Amino acid sequence: MRIEPRAEQRIMRVALAGLAALTIAVLFFIIGFILKNGLPHVNLAFLIGTPERMGKEGGILPMIVGTFYLVLVAVAIATPLGVGSAIFLHEYAKEGWLVRVVRFGIDCLAGIPSIIFGLFGFVLFVITLGFGWSILSGGLTLAFMILPTIIRTSEEAIKAVPGAYRQVSKSLGAGKWQTIQRVVLPNAFPGILTGIILGIGRSVGETACVIFTAGSSLQMPASVFAPTRSMAVHFYILAREGISMEKAFATAAVLILLILAINLSAYYFMHRFIARLR
Amino acid sequence: MKTKIAIEKLSYFYGDHQVLKEIDLNIEANATLAVIGPAASGKTTLLHAINRLNDELDDARMQGRIVLDDTDTKTLEPTQLRKRIGMIFANPVVLPGSIYFNLAYGPRVWGIRNRRKLSDLVEWSLRRAILWDEVQDRLSDPVSSLSGGQQQRLCIARTLANEPEVILMDEPCSGLDPISTAKIEEAMRELKKDYTIVIVTNNTKQAARTGDRVAFFLGGELIEYGSPEQVFTAPKDRRTDDYIRGRFG
Repeated sequence: MRIEPRAEQRIMRVALAGLAALTIAVLFFIIGFILKNGLPHVNLAFLIGTPERMGKEGGILPMIVGTFYLVLVAVAIATPLGVGSAIFLHEYAKEGWLVRVVRFGIDCLAGIPSIIFGLFGFVLFVITLGFGWSILSGGLTLAFMILPTIIRTSEEAIKAVPGAYRQVSKSLGAGKWQTIQRVVLPNAFPGILTGIILGIGRSVGETACVIFTAGSSLQMPASVFAPTRSMAVHFYILAREGISMEKAFATAAVLILLILAINLSAYYFMHRFIARLR
Repeated sequence: MKTKIAIEKLSYFYGDHQVLKEIDLNIEANATLAVIGPAASGKTTLLHAINRLNDELDDARMQGRIVLDDTDTKTLEPTQLRKRIGMIFANPVVLPGSIYFNLAYGPRVWGIRNRRKLSDLVEWSLRRAILWDEVQDRLSDPVSSLSGGQQQRLCIARTLANEPEVILMDEPCSGLDPISTAKIEEAMRELKKDYTIVIVTNNTKQAARTGDRVAFFLGGELIEYGSPEQVFTAPKDRRTDDYIRGRFG
């Protein structure tokens, strides 16, 4: 049977648009569901208060602060490591079996479940190195978890900088590092930033590897050596232990809005940066 | 005439493929050498050999000597050599950023921080590339606002700001219209008073207009070298005659 070509076009167009709409609908449904259940319980006292009775009452300020510190430590460690590795892999290393093994290793690292990272971080940082349950242990573990993402996106961004730019810079007498510093990195910056944002997004929402390494203290963290409880862990414990579904949803709502805000502001800065460059 | 660059028995290989075969060529100071020849005759490789642009390529290999002012270029630091020997590419490659950023790029690499000195250099080089009148009031505009011909003159100015001694041009007008080409050739006529210019071109008429000396390359060999009058009216080699009459290439 032959379908009339114009009808075929129309059917496919509608079908594909439907699939796209379905994807968006799932996203909006999840966000809407969380916000509907959570937002009514979010108020100023919740945002700036400390938890009482295991979180059944009170607020989540220590969790917001703890999450912030964890992500900060993770990004501060993973960014130089990741961008540095990416520069080495693309600009310095000669394409050979060693580089292929390293790349394969990075991809494998990306596929390791986060709870395995948690276990690893627990054994290495918490026990062996004696950092205990702390922001430092948690941040280091998160850094290892987001490292492959940052390396891969940075490498793609560096790869996308036209070779002609490097050649021109070279022809003007610039050395390799000068070229990387003045031409390659500024032009790869938006792509590198995307990798960092993805990394932030993953670590903000991470539970399994944080609960093993940063602990689940309800106290306001005093330093990077203090244990903390991230918002995701707090949400998990509140819901899992049946302490308070209301507070759990409220925490989830704040978490989702936070991730949304991070993404939006990052894209805003990225566009401003690109606009300035053009 | 004083020799600026002496090329002695230069052979160049990419892997097993020999691109240049025992070239002997003297490039005279303060003159323009026009290098002509069909595609794959080794013209561009000659330029890359002179300023060692392929140094880091794994399979590129050079034999023979290239002497710049009595110094073997092999003994020079590549970055120093490339400052002294500037290069203009076939496609104008502008770096994303402002006009000023592009022009100040080389001087900044070489450690000039003084704003006053940088602006002076920028103006001076733009004037020499006959671009100043067109861009003087919009130096902070993005380079993408310039036309193709303006971009190529910007590339020339960018090389001049680096204060080189020799300028290598690899088919600098291949993508440009006749008016832009005329402007670049006008700039070249002025520039050769102070610089040594080597221009690789597919356009024999351009070679005749701009060259004080013409070299004809074919299959990696230097077939003929002489004044444009001699090469274009009374070539010694049959193959040169065939090429300039358009029988091939």
